[in-house]
Amino acid sequence: MSLEPSQRVQAVGPSGIRRFFEIAEERDDVISLGVGEPDFSTPWAARDAAIASLERGKTSYTANRGMRELRQAISGYVDERFGLEYDGDDEILVTAGASEAVDLAFRAFVDPGDIVAIAQPSYISYEPGVIFAGGEVCSVPTREADDFRLTVDALEAAGAADADLLVLCYPNNPTGAVMSKADLEPIAAFVREHDLSVLSDEIYAELTYGNETDRPDHGGSAIHTSIATLPGMRERTIVFNGFSKAHAMTGLRLGYALGPSDAIAAMNRIHQYGMLSAPTTAQYAALEALESCANDVADMVAQYDRRRRFVLSRFREIGMPCFEAAGAFYVFPKVPDSWDGTANEFAEGLLHEEGVAVVPGDVFGSGGEGHLRVSYATGIEDLREALARIERFVTDHA
Amino acid sequence: MSERDVLELLRENARYDVADIARMTDLDEEEVAAAIDALEAAGVVRGYKPVVDWDRLEDERVRAEVELNVTLDRETGYDDIAERLARFPQVTALRLVSGDYDFDMEVEGDSIREVSQFISEKVAPVPEITQTVTHYIMTSYKEHGMELGDGEDDDRLSVSP
Repeated sequence: MSLEPSQRVQAVGPSGIRRFFEIAEERDDVISLGVGEPDFSTPWAARDAAIASLERGKTSYTANRGMRELRQAISGYVDERFGLEYDGDDEILVTAGASEAVDLAFRAFVDPGDIVAIAQPSYISYEPGVIFAGGEVCSVPTREADDFRLTVDALEAAGAADADLLVLCYPNNPTGAVMSKADLEPIAAFVREHDLSVLSDEIYAELTYGNETDRPDHGGSAIHTSIATLPGMRERTIVFNGFSKAHAMTGLRLGYALGPSDAIAAMNRIHQYGMLSAPTTAQYAALEALESCANDVADMVAQYDRRRRFVLSRFREIGMPCFEAAGAFYVFPKVPDSWDGTANEFAEGLLHEEGVAVVPGDVFGSGGEGHLRVSYATGIEDLREALARIERFVTDHA
Repeated sequence: MSERDVLELLRENARYDVADIARMTDLDEEEVAAAIDALEAAGVVRGYKPVVDWDRLEDERVRAEVELNVTLDRETGYDDIAERLARFPQVTALRLVSGDYDFDMEVEGDSIREVSQFISEKVAPVPEITQTVTHYIMTSYKEHGMELGDGEDDDRLSVSP
């Protein structure tokens, strides 16, 4: 017996993000547009509530599923914001970040050999999560021509009809793509027809932008639509959300899963042994965030939107075409036609020559080749300087 | 509505140039320039000044908040008193406020002596002023919505998923 990693662990390589992180860390003049978390601090009221809870000695475990008061607050919030109706008693599980919830779902619903279709490019944890759970990944690449929205054609071409589960992440990391109700309806029909279940990671749900004219099929609102609200979908869908992105609480590690009571009970069975309960201090912060921080979220969203418009405009000026990303805090430009190499080489050259860090799109799975993930979770002054450097890099290599 | 958007951006940073404001909104440069002109012409935007952290400068700058109580009569109203006080260059801000006193006045000078003399010799003798309470500013922590500390460091990982 030795501490030889299991075959499942060996099957998963190191993350492509990690390599860029190491190069970027070597220099101290880097402007990073490679960050996948908000540059804002957690709203003060939420931090203050966390501090107050510590002062009152609230440091014991909570119920496995999370504090009842928090689950009730989440229930009210998701209903009001997204029309998602879940009972705080048995249909909501509070987790250590949405990441834990995603991992729980793979372990709760994937049997060895099960096929999990993943719409890509997407957040880097899904594939490893499926492999750790013993499942098989079916990559479903999306295309820039579709604004990186998932289509039934893409599902069929990838053979997703044979899959057991479908993983969605909209608003999307890394592309910034969003799916409107009209975009989701045919996907829901496909899912029902082929009897799939859906894991829908909606961690960026609050971060959608644009107005009536940008999104005419959305009833004049930029508010996110969850696939779980479509007919026949609630009983086959787990929705993931959390406080990391909208409430700028990444390090507090607090997320949640919404689903039918039996499914949540199955996830809780793993959670109660592996985690016991999500961090108590963070639960108090989250409760306050839901009760009093809606204006802070709105302010952050307004700032992200300005930066988004700024960055999209600059990429157009530079000659790096970029579809109108309307969600999360990423844009996903293509490397310029004049660039004679891969997006990976572009990103490395940009980092070495100009000290600007971005992440090559292929790190996020198929469909991302030739693109760069550019995060605008950075102040406008840094964005302005970074875009000037990118422009110089493109000109120098034209 | 575009004027309102432009105003919000200028309030955030008055040095944003027209091109950057255009990029950040869905306006073009001509519309942004027109909005700024309109805001200035209407007297909504009265000027552009830096936010200064005086504690970081060698030369001392003495600032005080002065509470003023006044008495009115048929001939003299708040506006008349305010107009008279606002003309002094030492007065940097003057507001009529609710509560225990009438005017909230900000005063600046090169020394405590200069500011004190100004208040005792120019302000207090104004016949309608019945009381002055002067608070010298010792340390400023936030000005015009900007915290003046060293800020919260960005200790995020430089590249993360």
